[in-house]
Amino acid sequence: MMGLRLERRLDAPRALVWTMPLLSVVLALLAGALFLRLTGSDPGEVYGMMLRGAFASRYGTTETVVKAIPLMLCGLGVGIAFRMLLWNIGAEGQLYLGAFGATWVCMSFPGWPSYLLLPAMVTAGCLAGGLWALLAALPRAYLKTNEVITTLMLNYVAILWVSYLVHGPWRDPAGLNFPLTPPFVRSAWLPTFSGTRIHVGLIIAVVVAALLSLVLWRTRWGYEVRVIGESARAARYAGMNVERNILLVMFLSGALAGLAGMCEVSGVIHRLQHQVSPGYGYSAIIVAWLGRLNPWAILVVAVLFGALLVGGYAVQLAGIPAAVAYMLQGAILFFVLAGEFFTRYRVRLVIPPRKHAGAAPAGGHGGGS
Amino acid sequence: MDWLLAVSICQAAVTAGTPILFAALGEIMAERVGILNLGVEGMMLVGAVSGFLVTVRTGSPWLGLIASLLAGGLMALIHAVLSVGLRANQVVSGLALTLFGTGLSGYLGKPLIGVPAPSTFRIITVPLLGDIPFLGPVLFAHDYLVYISYLLVPALWFFLYRTRPGLHMRSVGENPAAADAMGISVVGTRYLYTVVGGMLAGAGGAYLSLAYAPTWLENMTAGRGWIAVALVIFAGWNPLAALGGSYLFGGVDALGLRIQAVGTVVPSFFLSMLPYIFTILVLLASARGRRRLVAPGALGLAYDREGH
Repeated sequence: MMGLRLERRLDAPRALVWTMPLLSVVLALLAGALFLRLTGSDPGEVYGMMLRGAFASRYGTTETVVKAIPLMLCGLGVGIAFRMLLWNIGAEGQLYLGAFGATWVCMSFPGWPSYLLLPAMVTAGCLAGGLWALLAALPRAYLKTNEVITTLMLNYVAILWVSYLVHGPWRDPAGLNFPLTPPFVRSAWLPTFSGTRIHVGLIIAVVVAALLSLVLWRTRWGYEVRVIGESARAARYAGMNVERNILLVMFLSGALAGLAGMCEVSGVIHRLQHQVSPGYGYSAIIVAWLGRLNPWAILVVAVLFGALLVGGYAVQLAGIPAAVAYMLQGAILFFVLAGEFFTRYRVRLVIPPRKHAGAAPAGGHGGGS
Repeated sequence: MDWLLAVSICQAAVTAGTPILFAALGEIMAERVGILNLGVEGMMLVGAVSGFLVTVRTGSPWLGLIASLLAGGLMALIHAVLSVGLRANQVVSGLALTLFGTGLSGYLGKPLIGVPAPSTFRIITVPLLGDIPFLGPVLFAHDYLVYISYLLVPALWFFLYRTRPGLHMRSVGENPAAADAMGISVVGTRYLYTVVGGMLAGAGGAYLSLAYAPTWLENMTAGRGWIAVALVIFAGWNPLAALGGSYLFGGVDALGLRIQAVGTVVPSFFLSMLPYIFTILVLLASARGRRRLVAPGALGLAYDREGH
């Protein structure tokens, strides 16, 4: 009888490691097309609209980059935590807290010049996001509480907190009862590139990616993070302080999401409102995984997902819900996960020798690779 | 607090706790065989939307419920293929399932927003039992789904701890290699209970859209799927404890709503935070006890027969 045999690859071929995510995206889009067809939409039309929406105009392309910035920052933050197997699913809430912190500074010191106000807003945004993440990191480090659930629960609390502020004490009296704060003073606006909505957050994200890859691969601390991610037990034997690193990495992770929130309110929205993010923090999880937790790859994937979001808005004009974009994101992650299997294992067709007397039995235990 | 208010809050605690209970029972089944499924929120949402969709089309909430079960099961099947079949990281696969489910339910549910449910699960007071003071209105004036959940809890407990398949189930989650050596199909068992668990999450979604709210709203689960996952830890993977825990969460939820209705100086946003904060506190509390020890030994780990 023929059979399939799995062999674990000792070393995945490099080419496969990088082509598999691409192939996964293509397959996910094909599966999405099939689904759209089944539910009565024309996949060619939907994808065409998404593509045109995201790339065909100057506004579309720049908007793709605008949407990619928070995805980059959150993706980098989530990615560094994932490296240590810290499942920070709270980037969304940390982003909201970052937006809150930055807004607080802006509303408290509206008279400050830009060169003071913007750094203060960045600091407040990072601190607020980082501290919010610490709320989940502390019990994770010392009580081994499941951080997936605590970070996620904190998302709901953070969003409700911002909702409370913009509905209540911070509501713009001139805002016709809309849940938003008064617009920021001009000095609190992040500079943009001429004639576009792309703001310097883009440069910040690239610098952060460069710093992260430097820290990860060139410093002792980066080495510790990578070792703890491989095996916390081994790290402990080697004398590394796992708890302290959990706190540090989670703080950093939250600070980057908080920075994304600061950039959104200061660079794009120019005020705090009840919906700061359309789920950047959640999409960042896929961005990070698809980028294989590599900072540079995360930047690239974020642009792809920015396009997916802008395309999602574009199809709304045809009466198709923007949720399509999120469905596709989930589908892409499914295919990436499935693809990883084939980079980790070699699937071999086993054809046992014909039945001669004494032929070796196929399979069996422990057949070395 | 006056008597009628107490009765109404306790009754609401059962109603609000029921969708969480269904989802938590499903997650207990999956985790008992070693599969951590963080897609509960997504499975509930897809269950809720498909139940509502089919009910709107057919007029029968029972057909809607069946659709929810199938939808939840199908969603869980994706997770099973990825995490059991392809040995993917269970955390990431579950998160993907939630994201996918959120998007899918938003897409399917778009035309259903604002559509009234043609028919829902109605409240049926159990004869005799319903006349017991306090307990009668609190426990026995509900719809069929609540009564089904009452039966499901002891049934699952009995199945887990008193039957042979239940023993197999637990051994697969505790020590898959040993179970495999005993001749139990680890892969088959994991597929089966992950999918059945997903069906129960789907039922939890159906309860929301066909009995609790009866309507479809985007993201109407509002984190209840995640609360269910937390509850499983709090309940020590035991169905009986999950029952109590669900009503406790339902009670916090109901209390927040009642306080809002009565009118208070506390802004409603803070009252809406209560279930989430309570979930975190409960996780902190359960981390301190010895409950951690009862987590299935192989929870979250892919099984590789050749062990290398």
